[in-house]
Amino acid sequence: MQDVENIVNGQKLFLKEEYQTSLAAKKEFESAMGAVNPAKVEEIAQWTKSWDYREKNLAREAITINPAKACQPLGAIMAGLGFENTMPYVHGSHGCVAYFRSYFTRHFKEPTPCVSDSMSESAAVFGGLANMKDGLRNCNAMYKPDHIAVSTTCMAEVIGDDLGAFIIGAREEAEGELDNLPITYAHTPSFVGSHITGYDNMMKSILEQLSIGKEASVKDEERINIIPGFEPYLGSLAEIKEIGKMFSDKIVMLGDHEEQWNTGAGGYSLYAGGTTLEDAKTAINAKATISLQKYSTIQTAKSIKNKWKQIYETCNPIGLSGTDEFVMMLSKLTGKDVPEALKIQRAQLVDAMQDSYPYMHGKKFALYGDPDFLLGLVSFIVEMGGIPTHVLCNNAPRKGWEDDMKAIISKSDWKDDCNIWMGKDLWHLRSLLFTEPTDFLIGNVYGKELYRDTGIPLIRIGFPIFDRHHLHRYSISGYKGALNLLTWIVNAVLDQLDEETKDIAKTDYFFDCVR
Amino acid sequence: MSETLEALQKEAIEEVLKIYPDKAKKNRSKHLGVDTPEGVKGACDKTRSNKQTVPGVMSQRGCAYAGSKGVVWGPIKDMIHISHGPVGCGQYSRAGRRNYYIGTTGVDIFVTMNFTTDFSEKDIVFGGDKKLKKALQEIDTLFPLNNGISIQSECPIGLIGDDIQAVAKVHKKESDKPTVAVSCEGFRGVSQSLGHHIANDMIRDEVMPDASYRKDFVSTDYDVAIIGDYNIGGDAWASRILLEEMGLRVIAQWSGDASYKEMAIAPKAKLNLLHCYRSMNYISRHMEQEFGIPWMEYNFFGPSKTTESLRKIAEFFGPEIQAKTEAMIAKYTAMTDAVIAKYKPKLEGKKVMLYVGGLRPRHVIGAYEDLGMEVIGTGYEFGHGDDYKRTKEDIARSTLIYDDVNEYELEQFVKKLKPDLVASGVKEKYVFQKMGLPFRQMHSWDYSGPYHGYDAFAIFAKDMDLAMNSPVWSHTKAPWEKEEIGA
Repeated sequence: MQDVENIVNGQKLFLKEEYQTSLAAKKEFESAMGAVNPAKVEEIAQWTKSWDYREKNLAREAITINPAKACQPLGAIMAGLGFENTMPYVHGSHGCVAYFRSYFTRHFKEPTPCVSDSMSESAAVFGGLANMKDGLRNCNAMYKPDHIAVSTTCMAEVIGDDLGAFIIGAREEAEGELDNLPITYAHTPSFVGSHITGYDNMMKSILEQLSIGKEASVKDEERINIIPGFEPYLGSLAEIKEIGKMFSDKIVMLGDHEEQWNTGAGGYSLYAGGTTLEDAKTAINAKATISLQKYSTIQTAKSIKNKWKQIYETCNPIGLSGTDEFVMMLSKLTGKDVPEALKIQRAQLVDAMQDSYPYMHGKKFALYGDPDFLLGLVSFIVEMGGIPTHVLCNNAPRKGWEDDMKAIISKSDWKDDCNIWMGKDLWHLRSLLFTEPTDFLIGNVYGKELYRDTGIPLIRIGFPIFDRHHLHRYSISGYKGALNLLTWIVNAVLDQLDEETKDIAKTDYFFDCVR
Repeated sequence: MSETLEALQKEAIEEVLKIYPDKAKKNRSKHLGVDTPEGVKGACDKTRSNKQTVPGVMSQRGCAYAGSKGVVWGPIKDMIHISHGPVGCGQYSRAGRRNYYIGTTGVDIFVTMNFTTDFSEKDIVFGGDKKLKKALQEIDTLFPLNNGISIQSECPIGLIGDDIQAVAKVHKKESDKPTVAVSCEGFRGVSQSLGHHIANDMIRDEVMPDASYRKDFVSTDYDVAIIGDYNIGGDAWASRILLEEMGLRVIAQWSGDASYKEMAIAPKAKLNLLHCYRSMNYISRHMEQEFGIPWMEYNFFGPSKTTESLRKIAEFFGPEIQAKTEAMIAKYTAMTDAVIAKYKPKLEGKKVMLYVGGLRPRHVIGAYEDLGMEVIGTGYEFGHGDDYKRTKEDIARSTLIYDDVNEYELEQFVKKLKPDLVASGVKEKYVFQKMGLPFRQMHSWDYSGPYHGYDAFAIFAKDMDLAMNSPVWSHTKAPWEKEEIGA
């Protein structure tokens, strides 16, 4: 029973004797093997760690277990929230939207505005036009957006709803209420690609459709657009903008969701920050556009390259060389020298890397996450002398990515010890970690079960992270972002060193106060 | 005072409706109302519910898949539940509900894992049955200790003409293990509620007829099953311990920390104890009809309701159990009285607004009232008329009733009624915290709990005090500001 002077929640309550007795008694009624024959559980648990199991596991063709990816509309919502006073609108079932909002909210610890038009059985039969007609009007009346960004769930895609025609139809019947409201739309089928594909499709649609009627020509020789991609690190967005400002005040981020998920206490407003619609409309007239996530913007790139008559570049400012490349690109495009402040930041980063390298040198890492994120992280690990033993990308693009990753890994002295796993999931990774263990694991929250099972420490970098607070506020991009990465990784190594050497009178001779 | 409150609540409804276009206004007005304990034909009797959500609003509702996979089937721990279709649904619903269990995850237990057929365009065009068949075989190879597989349909399955029932039937025959195909596509119905119903129906059709575990089961006169407790934060464990202490034998927990056998032997119970009426009344009614097992609703939130429920349960079993129960109640009441003495002075008179799902919009009112807190608004995400009718018994004062309330409405209601605490879900949490309002998630117990039973009430009280009396709320206003900011 609870001690009123020391009330404990479930963590310790269930350790009390009466609960342990009750839980033990419950086994009598259970069919789980742990209750029936614990030795069998141990036997199978051991087998799952074996090479035999690994081979069977890697041979899977039909079932995905513990994926490291999500579906298109999630990314479309992030793209939409990057624009000012924009309401993401999902044409389809509302259950999906409840999931998207919860997912982002658990990561950012912030509200996530997004509506759906609640399609149901009747819409499955007759199509979702009626939902769209009511939905756009209600959304506009209640949430007063300056722009609605429409994406779709798989239901609407399977029945083949025509968004373009539906939006025209909805406008016609809205008694003028929607006349001056920009409504952009993208088809975002969940059964194609992943959340980064959805980001790409929505971003492409927003940029194309907001600039309809504008001539595709360079009208502003100084303007440079930057598309951040599916970026869960709000600090990265801030840092990229800061670096941009050091070169020019005409560098504009397209799809800037930093403020939306980083509002202060003292009142709630639905919308915050974002690229202005004016900036989005005139993006077509810039000198150049840079994408920071090549593989989250494949279709957007095609559109800009083929339709907009401007320079299009990609780079990945995660880690030292990635940031160098980004900085040099801005220098080239603006015609300005690298600012002194950035030179200092770079020198400080390199200095820090030189301070900490012994703890990362030769350490083995397993990493998983989105394609561009991995290119940046692996590059940084290699720069520090670490070994990216397993690089696993569940949503790896078919073309180009593997070659890009190989080029990065080829710079490592241990390049032959590194493995790239495309289209594999976290249950595959479990087998890899048991058969070819690494020292550390880098990835999102779902790595914690791998940590529990294998004992390999998880360094939380990625998306989503639900079980640690505020990491998303930091940058992982730019020189300062690389310093954050360095800090997190090196200190995780040192924490582990303390963990391994803390046994009194056994290992604690190595439990040093100075490292 | 109550007249003033009632007037304010009615005014709040009028004001909130102003924003809507006519059609939506007409619809929403039927979902909002006010009721009082002494009211006749008030909102609890009249509120329109379980209807299509108005398109274009930020509804907090989920879908049928969420009701089946997320609520009913997902927690059954020794079965593997496949999210059949595209990758998203399984990912968003992975390991978020805190359905606690004991077991070796990935070996004999699978609750927090995500199994999905991860549909590609090819599966949509050519159908996914072949992939499903292969997926079932691969699962049996890699997870030999699974005690069955359920197939949880996502939206496309019902639209592309797949025959998952046929695939399941073949696999069941080949593997000799339960293989259950659930057509809980997200577009079915208006909320997660239909998913509960569909999931219940599949338990009825696929699990209840399986008498293999019942054959040799030795019953006692005191066997009960807990139905509709998902063991969030360990709720069912904190409940079964009370039932055991009063002399009953809990032979099954549905479905938090449940194993297949517990599902199959439930018809051996003498009484089914139903906590979440909304999600599992269907199967309780079925067991009554098919096996003659009576069922009884109970409420283990807060000592008043817990004691009332325990006495009702004990009465069913007769004097011997009643005597034991009274002794137990006396023992725990001493503790909960001390909890109330400790926390009530800090919480008394504080006003609460609730918006949750299932049974909680009415069931938790008593727990707040035990602490002297006053619930002035409540509503269901996916309740039906019978839920609202039952709510009448639980309201203690004039209460604003809102069905399928959307984010705009809830925000306006809160601004108008100025509660001291909002208790709802994660999507709403940060909206209200930004306004400087203490908030507790009442789906996940805000990563604390359990909240069922006497021991849990101590945790509930402590958590509410923590939320209400944290110093962090006093920092919102900067020292250089004169005016109050926020809500």
